[in-house]
Amino acid sequence: MTTETLAPFDPLAEAIAAADGWPEVAEPTEAPAPVPALEGEGEVKTKDFLIISYSGELEKVWAAMILASTSAAMGVRTRVFVTFWGLQVFVKDSKRITGQNWMQKMMSGMQRPGISHRKLSKMNFLGMGPWMMGRLAKQNGVASPKELLEAAQALGVEFIPCQMTMDMFGLRPEDMIEGMSEPAGAATVIGLLTENSTPLFI
Amino acid sequence: MPVVEITQTVDARGLSCPMPIVKTAQAVKPLPSGAAVELLATDAGSIKDVAAWCRATGNELVEQTSDGAVYRFVIRRK
Repeated sequence: MTTETLAPFDPLAEAIAAADGWPEVAEPTEAPAPVPALEGEGEVKTKDFLIISYSGELEKVWAAMILASTSAAMGVRTRVFVTFWGLQVFVKDSKRITGQNWMQKMMSGMQRPGISHRKLSKMNFLGMGPWMMGRLAKQNGVASPKELLEAAQALGVEFIPCQMTMDMFGLRPEDMIEGMSEPAGAATVIGLLTENSTPLFI
Repeated sequence: MPVVEITQTVDARGLSCPMPIVKTAQAVKPLPSGAAVELLATDAGSIKDVAAWCRATGNELVEQTSDGAVYRFVIRRK
């Protein structure tokens, strides 16, 4: 044994030193190069963003609206495909009963449409939960889903309603909020995904 | 260093994520290239978020100061 063994034995350090690819001496790292300034009109080519807004619960709609408005603010082309329970969110707040036949009308009666009338998936307590959530949001300067929706629309987010869901719930274009895109179907969603869109299913 | 001439101020004090960014984006959008926007925010997350927004959009973060309660950012439109 040599005198080197007198050095305190550190199994972890030995293991790290023995590990493949671990640099024994940290090489001096240069500061990351600044992002090159963009020349002329060349935009950063980012992927498009596609939110599939499927749910109608307050917290999920909120998340979808935060991400949609933020991604549009960041210069990313943003689309929101609104389907199933998510479509109810984009019915005008002033609409109470929608649908053409008694079943469709009853469906809307059982769950009020409109972005301002969302329920929580838990702790709803007959509206007590959403009311408290709204109060807390206001106290903390958190924008409501409706405010975020308006901001998203102002920033050019496209909201694409699902034609199948519109038919099934008997919703007409005039029931929906202003500024919605033309209704489309699943092939449109898949088409966007195969092109250049990052998907998010909420 | 030349003093940056502020074209517009976005007051996002008291507003929470993502409104400081959303309001900044809305303010910057119609401005000509080179115009500077001042953002005032109290959201602590805005320190990272404004930097990320500038990286993603290519706008330049010229100044970033804080008096402890309010964060002040100066952004030059690309």
